[in-house]
Amino acid sequence: MTTVERPGTASGLLGAPVLEIRDLSVSFTTEGGTVSAVHRVSLDLAPGEIVGMVGESGCGKSVTAMSIAGLLPSSARISGSVRLRGTELVGTRESVLRRVRGKEIAYIFQEPMTSLNPVLTVGRQIGEVLQVHERMSRPAARARAVELLSLVGIPSASKRVDNYPHQLSGGMRQRVMIAMAVACGPKVLVADEPTTALDVTVQAGILQVLRDLRDRLGTTILIITHDLGVIADVADRVVVMYAGRVVERAQVTDLFAHPLHRYTAGLLSASPTPGKHAGTARLQEIPGLVPVLSSQPDACTFADRCPAADSQCRDSAPPLEGVGTGTALGAKDHLAACWHPCPAPRTQPEETNL
Amino acid sequence: MIRYLLRRAWQSALTLLLSTVVVFLGVRALPGDPALALAGEDRSPEALEAIRHHYGLDQPLPLQFAQYVERAVQGDFGVSIRTGTPVSSMLTTALPVTAELSVLAILIAAVLGVGAGVLAAVRRGHPAEWLANGLALVGLSVPHFWLGLLAILYLSVATGLFPASGFVPLLQDPVDNLHHIVLPAVILGTGLAAIIMRQTRSAMLDSLSSDYVRTAKAKGLRPRAVITRHALRNSLIVVVTIVGLQLGGLISGAVVTEQIFGLPGFGKMTIDAVFQRDYPVIQAVVLLTATAYIVINFFVDLLYSVIDPRIRVTGDPA
Repeated sequence: MTTVERPGTASGLLGAPVLEIRDLSVSFTTEGGTVSAVHRVSLDLAPGEIVGMVGESGCGKSVTAMSIAGLLPSSARISGSVRLRGTELVGTRESVLRRVRGKEIAYIFQEPMTSLNPVLTVGRQIGEVLQVHERMSRPAARARAVELLSLVGIPSASKRVDNYPHQLSGGMRQRVMIAMAVACGPKVLVADEPTTALDVTVQAGILQVLRDLRDRLGTTILIITHDLGVIADVADRVVVMYAGRVVERAQVTDLFAHPLHRYTAGLLSASPTPGKHAGTARLQEIPGLVPVLSSQPDACTFADRCPAADSQCRDSAPPLEGVGTGTALGAKDHLAACWHPCPAPRTQPEETNL
Repeated sequence: MIRYLLRRAWQSALTLLLSTVVVFLGVRALPGDPALALAGEDRSPEALEAIRHHYGLDQPLPLQFAQYVERAVQGDFGVSIRTGTPVSSMLTTALPVTAELSVLAILIAAVLGVGAGVLAAVRRGHPAEWLANGLALVGLSVPHFWLGLLAILYLSVATGLFPASGFVPLLQDPVDNLHHIVLPAVILGTGLAAIIMRQTRSAMLDSLSSDYVRTAKAKGLRPRAVITRHALRNSLIVVVTIVGLQLGGLISGAVVTEQIFGLPGFGKMTIDAVFQRDYPVIQAVVLLTATAYIVINFFVDLLYSVIDPRIRVTGDPA
């Protein structure tokens, strides 16, 4: 994987952020007590930027994503702030949020089969967004749906528009989801595991569509995945989440070249790299599971699974700060929440070609 | 789609033929000799022979069956042993009563059941859900006949809001007809309404937590559009299945309800015929009930393919 300068990177960081997330915390009240899903997450998304969010299942990635446009169930307690070009979204009235959803912030979900309504044609489902937000008539919305379908690379779109989801392949369905999401030209596109349910070859196509959209329409994309390959492929910046907290944030090249947090390092050595793992070398897994937290302790939540943990890690939570400065590879916007960041260059034997 | 329809129509016709055979043989298998029952006082062998010959009972069974089918197709179901009137004319007076009662009961049950079910699912945990659940429990557990008696007692006898019994044909006076039939229809529909409500509620809860409803919300649709266009449309397939399955119960319920409200329908005719061992009438009634089942199921199947496009495609032989 060669790294090229991405157009969004430079311009993106200069522009004022489209979306500002500040100290976002989400907890759920369940029958078994309170569960803290997201803890004080802060993140800025610049115009035209593709930001990747990684972590294992249960790290709070999807909850963070859903809370942006207020899509969490009523059992969720949300604090902090999410601002869309200056407008606060947390705690805003439903009627205001409805105008934001689909129009300013759009979503793509993991399972294109179950995320599309089985009893409506894809044209109708795409047209619906346009009818609601653009006040289009039904025939006009249908005509626009055809254009959108060809925009996302669906062949013979004028025929496909009258198909039902079950008549399309998985990759096609995900393209329909994307067409639906970009119908009103949203500022921010949140893609929650958009390629997880798809074949590798289809994955590449979908990621290409997302990249094209950013390049052509300047859409800001937050892509959530547990697949580091996807991140390496499309993202400009990466946010690593663990147990509801952001543990590391960096430009994608910096992160792959020099992970600071031990969790990130663990994730990297747990994913196969072409060439390296073709032979006998075993993949290293991270022992243990992501904890389910009823409250956020004043400690590093990764301490129990971390090889470098000591008493400091168990007694106080490390802040997210620029620990990488001063090292050869550390950039100033490379932050990690770790008391004992990986030394640079990384000590693990294989760490290059990503 | 046309092929699917033709295939279903052919299947229905076959089922109808089979049920005709079963009804025909079933009546022949009943204990007792109809000739003996008809002969009355004069039980001489000559008289019995004459009766058997008159009714074609001395012919071989296959021939009898062929004649029976031939006549039935022409709408001739024989003559009632009890009254001597043609069965077909009895049917033409009784059938509209039962048909109207059942159709009205289904409509009432569907409107009430789907409405309450959607409300219970959407307002989960609110008093509206408890009320709907409570009413459904009552509707399911209280038998028709008792509910019917209560209704007559309080709504007819005590207050005189509705007539306690009797029937006026629809074409004769539509308003008076409705006045007579609405109470029985409500009573008959309660059980079905309760079942529909519970099925709608659980199907709605399922689809409200589905991914496509999440997508619909993420598109910024209004709650009403999310509930009706996305959640309810997907729930209806379950509801239609249940209604189709419950129609048998509705027909037997109609028999009891007609008896209570003194409606001159199919149910009353059946009960009278069974008590009097009026074989031609029983035979016609059973056959017509079976036909109604088959026709209704055919329409339920059609309705499936209207609601769910996936069924349209699987219905086509690949």
